[in-house]
Amino acid sequence: MAAITIRGLTKYFGQTLVLDRVDLDVAAQEVVCLIGASGSGKSTLLRCINRLVEPDHGAIALDGVPVDDPRFGRTGLQKRIAIVFQSYNLFPHMRVIDNITLAPRRVHGDSRRAAEERAREALALFGMQDFANAYPEQLSGGQQQRVAIVRALMTRPDVLLLDEVTAALDPELVGEVLRIIASLRDRGITMVIVTHEMGFARAVADRVCFLHGGRILEDGPPEALFSTPQHERTQAFLERIVESGRL
Amino acid sequence: MPDPETPPHAGARIGVAPPGATAMPRAPVPHGIRPMPEGPPPAPRRQSFDWRAALVPTLISAVSIVVVFGALGWLVTSAEQWPRIRLQFFNWDHMVASAPRVIKGFWTNLQVWLIVLACIAVWALVLAVIRSLRSPVFAPFRIMVVVYIDVFRGLPALLLVILFGFGIPALQIPGLPNSGLFWGGVAMVLSYSAYVCEIYRSGIEAVHEGQRAAARALGLSEWQTLIYCVLPQALRNVLPALMNIVVALQKDVALLSVIGVRDAVREAQIYTATTFNYSPLIVAAGLFLLATIPMARLADWVNRRDRERRLQITG
Ligand SMILES: Nc1ncnc2c1ncn2[C@@H]1O[C@H](COP(=O)(O)OP(=O)(O)O)[C@@H](O)[C@H]1O
Ligand SMILES: [Mg+2]
Repeated sequence: MAAITIRGLTKYFGQTLVLDRVDLDVAAQEVVCLIGASGSGKSTLLRCINRLVEPDHGAIALDGVPVDDPRFGRTGLQKRIAIVFQSYNLFPHMRVIDNITLAPRRVHGDSRRAAEERAREALALFGMQDFANAYPEQLSGGQQQRVAIVRALMTRPDVLLLDEVTAALDPELVGEVLRIIASLRDRGITMVIVTHEMGFARAVADRVCFLHGGRILEDGPPEALFSTPQHERTQAFLERIVESGRL
Repeated sequence: MPDPETPPHAGARIGVAPPGATAMPRAPVPHGIRPMPEGPPPAPRRQSFDWRAALVPTLISAVSIVVVFGALGWLVTSAEQWPRIRLQFFNWDHMVASAPRVIKGFWTNLQVWLIVLACIAVWALVLAVIRSLRSPVFAPFRIMVVVYIDVFRGLPALLLVILFGFGIPALQIPGLPNSGLFWGGVAMVLSYSAYVCEIYRSGIEAVHEGQRAAARALGLSEWQTLIYCVLPQALRNVLPALMNIVVALQKDVALLSVIGVRDAVREAQIYTATTFNYSPLIVAAGLFLLATIPMARLADWVNRRDRERRLQITG
């Protein structure tokens, strides 16, 4: 079980206010989608949750324990909260199998055999078993993103953070990745998803939050938020999305 | 009557119909499956080396080489002093007589080159890693490295070799080696490392920020991130630049001759000093070329492969 509590989260980059007193609760096994224009602070919010970015004010807790609590040790938080990036960020000099087993072996002390066995099982689960020995640059974008998801799942995290994971993909490759994410939802992983795929958000999210200028302006169940947005900025944003043909 | 200020079709250019225009009726667009003949046309024949196409360019370059070098050769050999110079610099007997010594000296060059190279590779990497550590704890070390680089890049390698090679042995500090060769080599390492450190660092900085983020998100420590993620990519980035340093160093080992290290140049000079004949220097020159030209070709090859790899990734 993993619930995330965010209170008064504030972050400046230099003098620019990027997150402004954000409050957010994500219940265990809940799927929350963050939407909003580029630059509204979605990625920063996500990166604060697994401490890639240190906030200036406010608190984030995982199951009631602050994420910077020494009880997590140096790697405990990373074991429980995984992240997947828009640009995959696979290590280009390592084969797929080494990308996937790096953290289990070097961080969590698994033996190479155990880690590779588990990695091959996980790859098979996502239809990537034939590519264990390939280098990332030999794979399509969709395949690379699937590997990145496998890599993130190797520590059996409770929480998965997804930052526009389909934004860099060719349209015909988006579906395969979205299907995988939907299947993760069924496995009960708590997810916070930044996405521009509104149809997907509608299908998989329990709740959608609209960010603007570092604040969550509006949140609610996807049906309600998409069909009857309350805040005028949400309405304007969704209108632009409709115009671009993404809803 | 159209307004003289507005050009005709001003509206059409921004996609707005001019006033009074009506849409042209369009023919209905047919829709259907295109019939396809069996089998595509054949692929172009694989390009083998085409002698006939290469003949003319090859001839042109051959002729121009002959003309240019012929003219230069004629210019040199027709000089009034040429017969004297030829005896002094290109005397076959003196070349043969001095060759064993010069080759022995060149063997010293190669040994020094390899040892100094290994030391530079390691020492510069240490410096670059210290310089790229981000934690504030390391700030004093980072500053020390910056000062080091400023000092050693600012001083001519020749000056350092002389200072170290003559100065430190003269101090006669007990416990320290007092051979000029050793301290000259140290000077080379210190001087070159300042450059190589900057090359390494540029490679480290070229590694995409997302790579570090991914490594840290997986729970790798800063040190592990460096070892498993950043440095392998950084080294691959800078390999072509490092190859140039390798070639340059091979020649610069000759700087040690000024402090009396009996390398190829020194041996040639010693011979010259007794016979007043400069031919051994030509032997040394030939040996240097013999060693550096393959290295330069190898550097080219590394460069080309690196470029192909980058094209493959981005394309
Ligand atoms: N590392 C950084 N340094 C400085 N400014 C940043 C950094 N990361 C993000 N920003 C700025 O913070 C704002 C929010 O960025 P981000 O969270 O990436 O937005 P989003 O993901 O919603 O597009 C942007 O204006 C961006 O330029
Ligand atoms: Mg973003």
